[in-house]
Amino acid sequence: MGIAACDRQFHPGDRVKVRHLGKAGHVRIPFYVRGKRGEIVNFCGRYLNPEDLAVGNTSGPAIDLYRVKFAQRDLWLDKEIPEHDYLVIEIYDHWLSSLESSEGRR
Amino acid sequence: MMSSSDHKHDHFHEDHESLVVEDDAGNLEGQIIIDALQDVLVTRGLLTAPEVLKEIEKLESPGVHLGAKIVARAWSDPDYKAALLKNGKQAIGDIGITVGEAQIIVVENTKKTHNLITCTLCSCYPRSILGQPPSWYISKAYRARAVREPRKVLAEFGTVLPDEMELIVHDSNADMRYLVLPEPPERALDMNGTEMEALVTRDRLIGVIR
Repeated sequence: MGIAACDRQFHPGDRVKVRHLGKAGHVRIPFYVRGKRGEIVNFCGRYLNPEDLAVGNTSGPAIDLYRVKFAQRDLWLDKEIPEHDYLVIEIYDHWLSSLESSEGRR
Repeated sequence: MMSSSDHKHDHFHEDHESLVVEDDAGNLEGQIIIDALQDVLVTRGLLTAPEVLKEIEKLESPGVHLGAKIVARAWSDPDYKAALLKNGKQAIGDIGITVGEAQIIVVENTKKTHNLITCTLCSCYPRSILGQPPSWYISKAYRARAVREPRKVLAEFGTVLPDEMELIVHDSNADMRYLVLPEPPERALDMNGTEMEALVTRDRLIGVIR
């Protein structure tokens, strides 16, 4: 993607938690993953933030986008779900916190 | 002419979520609004009718035949398959198919893993390689249940996954679009490209059928 890995906040395998930003408007992070813990799958590139684009702000900045993997059991708190069932979804950088940081543990 | 404010909601859109809502006189609510908008834009010189037709053609010309061509190529050429899994958009472009989406992520079904695609927030779909999505893909029922109880949804499509098989649901919520690379049936090994393409159906590329 032409963006050095060292410029990124997260790397494949990192444990992350989806933030509760409580933003109104055209938000692409569905409620069912908010507050949930997952793992970075890969970096997808930098894209304009749909929250900005929806209100006509096309000037950026572009945001790092990651694919994040969650265990279905953790998403739905349902022990009946096989432990090898996963969900992968794209999350923009500003919606993610590192589970190593104090904020992530909160 | 009926305006949208005259439209009595004596029926429930949620039940069937049909793409076309027509009244008894054959008026399409959406068409009336679009015609009015187009009139205004054409009158103001912001748009011409041929430009609109060209866009409609662009939307309607891609179809599952393109997806089938990509998969048949991957089934018969291991190097192409590797390239496709590594960078979908580039590998698809390399066989002469124009991808309009930012990226195509190709996910491979194997003996131990099954992939299913959905878009819980709207109807994101790899339209430049599969055309327009089926109406059930856009329905709220599929969008909600594909993430909450995917094995049950798959079973309703006739796809009963063994318990030990890994299942990965991909929610296409942002800039990526997804294509399932199905496992080739054994009989495909003796086939030529055209015969293989006939085995690749839309539902296999979404992952509701294996």
